[in-house]
Amino acid sequence: MINHIDLTGVLRRTVCDLYSDLVTRPTGAAVRDGIEKQLAELGDRSLTVIDFSHVRLLDYSCADEIVAKLLMRYASLENGAPPPRDAYFVFRGVNDSHLDAIEAVLERHGLAIVAELDGGDVILVGTVLAEERLVWEALCRLGRLTAMELAREAGLAGSDAERVLERLSQRRLAMRLEQSYVAVGAAQ
Amino acid sequence: MTAVINVPLSLDDKTFEHVLEQLAPVAPDEKVLVDARHTRWASPYGLTALLTLAQTRAERPGLVVPETEETASYWARTGFFQHAEGLFELAGHVPRARGGESDVLLEITPVAKSDDVHEVVGRIQQKAQSILVKELNLDAKSTPLFAMTLSEACQNIIEHAGRGGWVAVQTYKWQKRLGRRVVVIAVCDAGIGFRQSLESAHGRRLDERWGDGRALEEAVLRGVSRFHDPGRGQGLAGVRRYIGRWNGKLSVRSGSARIAIVPSWDEDVPLEEKLPQFPGAQIQITIPEHVVER
Repeated sequence: MINHIDLTGVLRRTVCDLYSDLVTRPTGAAVRDGIEKQLAELGDRSLTVIDFSHVRLLDYSCADEIVAKLLMRYASLENGAPPPRDAYFVFRGVNDSHLDAIEAVLERHGLAIVAELDGGDVILVGTVLAEERLVWEALCRLGRLTAMELAREAGLAGSDAERVLERLSQRRLAMRLEQSYVAVGAAQ
Repeated sequence: MTAVINVPLSLDDKTFEHVLEQLAPVAPDEKVLVDARHTRWASPYGLTALLTLAQTRAERPGLVVPETEETASYWARTGFFQHAEGLFELAGHVPRARGGESDVLLEITPVAKSDDVHEVVGRIQQKAQSILVKELNLDAKSTPLFAMTLSEACQNIIEHAGRGGWVAVQTYKWQKRLGRRVVVIAVCDAGIGFRQSLESAHGRRLDERWGDGRALEEAVLRGVSRFHDPGRGQGLAGVRRYIGRWNGKLSVRSGSARIAIVPSWDEDVPLEEKLPQFPGAQIQITIPEHVVER
């Protein structure tokens, strides 16, 4: 099931009903808390569209609190706490100025997200290895695949395909469905 | 006894140092009279720094307002007197602020909490678009980036100062130094400053070079923050990135040092130390008009 969270709605419910800018750390922390409360009501596995369409402004501090910290909590990071549930995210309605702040905070933490831009293009944003990008794009193009199928289609060794798919899954950029994988973003 | 501090004819980030030089030998609890009678012009930095100066004094200082009507009226339009009334004993004629056309993009506004930043950012976006695009020839995409810059600069007060500060934004033609229009953001506070803020980080190792200058290098150039959270310290790094895009200038004064990211059009020094001690942090961001090459 795909869950939809409008960030402006969360901002107005949790901080102030007059605001439409996502600025300052306390605001970002309050909005993230609001998102997590909604996630807690969903099942163990969820795909959530976090919608920036009505957000006028996003600064670094807020991007760090909302995007980076949310991802750090749900991605399976080395030395990180196990994620509370199997949650995946697509960040929708991301414009150039949002992207500026989001890219900076993701790069700072070595994270990546799936973003659906204003025009509808779905891209990876943040720190992504070339092999991860190649595999994610192949998944977007070809749909649900096992590691062996992907290896054949993308011209990779089977062990490499398996390793990269597993890594994409840990980074919340691909979703594992039994023995196969789908790209987050294509799964919508 | 009252120490008289003369405000220069033209008050900006450079000439405010003359104010601080006069203030340096004065004991913190000694009464001061800030004499701005002969002042003809003041930048947003100059005005917000004057308010900050008043916050640092144990006894409420006096302020003699500029004697020329034009200057005093301008100070009134920036909102200076509205805040100065609570901080200084004002002497001289204080004109009432009148509306109308103004180069003041954002009147002097107190910043003490997160809500204040929302207010500042909301107000600036309404006015900034036409100024940045039409007068400074900046790309239309500059408006949100400008508001982000302002937001991060203001948050420096909330996160690190430990007390409220001031922000102001103004546009004017910088005839003498640049011959172009500029937009200037000034954010000043009289809080704990960068050195003390970084020293408060648990387990921080301090070497023999440690001081206000080094603290500024750490915070402004390397994005170091007193928080262990690796996401912290990005605000000023973001400000630096934007001013680079706009060929702008960033200067930050704290304690007895001042650091600057200096563009090609300016001749400032990257780091000045052993300046007169002054509490808090005073930030100035200058974005010049983009000259379209034909």
